[in-house]
Amino acid sequence: MSARYKEGDSVRVRTAYPPGHCRTPFYCRGKSGVVVRHCGEFRNPEELAYGAYEGPLTPMYRVRFEQKDLWPDYDGSARDKCEIEIYEHWLVPAEGADHA
Amino acid sequence: MHDDHDHHEHHHDHDHGMYEVDPLHYHPPQPDLEDSKLTHHQIMQMAVAELLIEKGVITADELRAQIDFMDSITPARGATLVARAWTDPAFKERLVADSRKAGAEIDMELGPIPILVMENTPTVHNLIVCTLCSCYPKMLLGTPPDWYKSRSYRRRAISEPRKVLAEFGTTLSDDIELRVHDSTADMRYLVLPMRPEGTDGMDEAALARLVTRDCMVGVAVPQS
Amino acid sequence: MTDRRRHHDMGGVPEADPIPQEGHTSEPWEKRVDAIKALLSDNKRKLLTTDEMRRGIEDLGADAYERYSYYERWIASVTNNMLEKKVFTVDELGRKMAEIEARQDNKPL
Repeated sequence: MSARYKEGDSVRVRTAYPPGHCRTPFYCRGKSGVVVRHCGEFRNPEELAYGAYEGPLTPMYRVRFEQKDLWPDYDGSARDKCEIEIYEHWLVPAEGADHA
Repeated sequence: MHDDHDHHEHHHDHDHGMYEVDPLHYHPPQPDLEDSKLTHHQIMQMAVAELLIEKGVITADELRAQIDFMDSITPARGATLVARAWTDPAFKERLVADSRKAGAEIDMELGPIPILVMENTPTVHNLIVCTLCSCYPKMLLGTPPDWYKSRSYRRRAISEPRKVLAEFGTTLSDDIELRVHDSTADMRYLVLPMRPEGTDGMDEAALARLVTRDCMVGVAVPQS
Repeated sequence: MTDRRRHHDMGGVPEADPIPQEGHTSEPWEKRVDAIKALLSDNKRKLLTTDEMRRGIEDLGADAYERYSYYERWIASVTNNMLEKKVFTVDELGRKMAEIEARQDNKPL
């Protein structure tokens, strides 16, 4: 599977709430950030958690968010950032971003 | 999670195992448990270990060797890498680019999980948390401290990191970008702190002693 | 909205408690839990992925998650996973735990 996003792309985390095991923190769902690194391809934790060891590899990225975009009451510096590892199926192009 | 680790074979004339299975010849597993009644979960742990050994899934020797191996991993490993990076800029570049390869240069095994080294600079300070469980760079720092696994750290380090840092005695000016890394998936993180002022004459071993576990998680900075 | 958040997924949940500064040294039984998990996950055995382990902890539910200590959650997840994988049965586990309990009760103080 080739990676859909590259460093510098603006992405948004899907607003989804599957009830089972997943590794996308609740607090970043629906939030927009920027891809800072494509970490490689990994098995999907949502499959690994249920005994499916040989599922397809999926690209995983490190996505950087502005802290003030995650926390409305954030009282640190306006420069502060948060970086999260997110699997590709949780990401969509950010609105207005140019993605062919 | 030490998949790459080769376990050494241990041979004993008399195997006074932790999990002697004959109840008539039962040896208490550890002296510290002799005086207090085992809890439900401690009994569960012993039962699982004995069943796994009886069924040949693991051996008592493998279990002991694994505990010895984990006991041997301390924050001194991470500190060794940091001190080397402070004294050798080319090594620092390689460490930040690929920590596993850089570790191998000095015969340090970093294990199968990639560890990303996040460099503090005059304008960026890094902090590590795992909000979903307690992921931690065990191959460089050993087992995580209780505070790292605490509900309070997992809840607050992500949303009010400057207040959390202040509780550890660390204050950052607003000019510095605080970058919190939520260790959610297949990477682990180590903070490469800045070398403190006034350490010019120090050799690598002396520098390594300044690098505490907390500095490599990002809640503290090295003091000279 | 908040009922969509699973209990373990706690980043940013309001919390008044300070970070606990005093810790404890790992107890021998806790180290054994850690070692068992590592062995079951290694390439020789491949019986337990980290995500199966995490799923087992998350599925204990909010109440147990708060009540159990860290390594209590771990051994509970390891045990449930081994039962699911048919490495041992509920009956074997129950008998073994009863046997260990009896051993300790018969032990001279």
